[in-house]
Amino acid sequence: MALIEAEGLTIAFPFYHLGARSLKKRLLANARLHTDASNRVVVTALQEMTFRIGRGERVALVGPNGAGKTTLLRTLGGIYEPAGGRLRVEGAVGALIDLASGMEADATGRENIELRALYRGLAGAERQQLVAEVAAFSGLGDFLDVPIKTYSAGMEVRLAFALATAMRPQVLLMDEWFLAGDSAFMERAQARLAEMVGAADILVIATHDMTVVRRWCTRVIRLEGGRITADGPVEAVLAAA
Amino acid sequence: MDGQASGGLAERAMPVLEHDAGRPCRRQRAIADLTTGFARWRLAWALAWLDIRHRYRGSVLGPFWLTISTGAMVAGLGFIYSRLFRVEPADYLPHLAVSLVTWNLISLTVQDATGSLNSAGRMIRQLPMPFTVHALRAVLRNAIVSLHNAPLILAVFLLLGHAPGPEALLLPLGIALILVNAFAATMLLGMLCARFRDIGQIVASVMQFGFFMTPVLWRPSQLSPELQPLLLLNPFYTVLETVRGPLVEGGGPLAAWLAALLYTALLVVAAAAFFVRFRGRIAYWV
Repeated sequence: MALIEAEGLTIAFPFYHLGARSLKKRLLANARLHTDASNRVVVTALQEMTFRIGRGERVALVGPNGAGKTTLLRTLGGIYEPAGGRLRVEGAVGALIDLASGMEADATGRENIELRALYRGLAGAERQQLVAEVAAFSGLGDFLDVPIKTYSAGMEVRLAFALATAMRPQVLLMDEWFLAGDSAFMERAQARLAEMVGAADILVIATHDMTVVRRWCTRVIRLEGGRITADGPVEAVLAAA
Repeated sequence: MDGQASGGLAERAMPVLEHDAGRPCRRQRAIADLTTGFARWRLAWALAWLDIRHRYRGSVLGPFWLTISTGAMVAGLGFIYSRLFRVEPADYLPHLAVSLVTWNLISLTVQDATGSLNSAGRMIRQLPMPFTVHALRAVLRNAIVSLHNAPLILAVFLLLGHAPGPEALLLPLGIALILVNAFAATMLLGMLCARFRDIGQIVASVMQFGFFMTPVLWRPSQLSPELQPLLLLNPFYTVLETVRGPLVEGGGPLAAWLAALLYTALLVVAAAAFFVRFRGRIAYWV
């Protein structure tokens, strides 16, 4: 069963390539930036977050730029190992965080699908099935055989979305602007999202757009300065703001 | 990390990602990284081919330009140095061809290793993937490129009628040793260079220095006998000897083989220790 559990989750980024000494005085007043034991400047991106996201929940992460939304998505996706606390994510994760989404810009769309199949350890029929499914869903047609660096942003979104959702992840992590494609594609994308959510999976979406929140989500977690400042049902959290 | 890597299909056992900063389980995670990474060798192979195709896109001869340039080096240096050293070209050229081709592989691998993780930064920040795959990708692309030089050795041997004896059977062992070193060096340098951006510059100078300090152009026998043991202190010499020995020197000295094994073991231990300790930090570095 899909589940996300975080307890005291903390992520700290060291700035290795800044001179700690010169910055130290200026930063000491700031609670999120501090210097650590070895005199490095460290920014605490996520501070002691505790939450539990269960089956069927559709969570919106809201908050100003730099609040830690994308870092939280990446951490849930297994990119950053926590500096403190505990994190448990059950279920296959599909991540749509940056447009590139781990694709090779010089490879064609089809090659990228095949790479993803290899990444997932798929072979033979499963691999061909993935290629066929992503090709059909993305609707890229002949553009599948062109290097993706020539794609328009919208085409890249389509391929990334099709790749991330094709193998039915149980936990989908998403940055809002993946919901920005042309209208025909959006209908299909939204249908697929609805289907996923209907199948009792988890959706976590970082967004500024309150219509996205109201339309898609059942719960809102508000982040500010790397901390959770509100967590609850959509209307309750949005009304409080 | 292990979560998505161990299966993306819903029907399979549900992958679980678990991190507890209090119990980092660094060794288990490093071992899991290596085993899943090697199990995904097809991915590393496909990415390595992609790199080569991209690097030589639009080029008519592609990696064969390397064959041509190494061939010109062998011919030109063979002509000059056989005179400088007053040796027969027929005697000197097999040594030079094998040495240059092997040095090329070593130097290409080491210099590429410095960027092996930095160049994969985009992917590392997007997709949880064993870091082993990125290292394997770099090793494979350099091995494939270097393989384009191999016909030169064959050509020189055929032209000069040089035939290695039964000691040539040691060659696979020597190549295996180089590949193990290549993987360990790529892991270690990849991590070091992700963390300390100056290392790449240092490595470039070390490799240039190494080229002249190592018997690539000259031969160990040209050193006076009391200096020859000092060569064993040069790891490049010992590893080079495990390939050159079987092909041109009747197997190579036993001491060089033993030293090569020792250096390989040391490099593997250093890379493993560093990997176990800092694997979890790589995503923060690149």
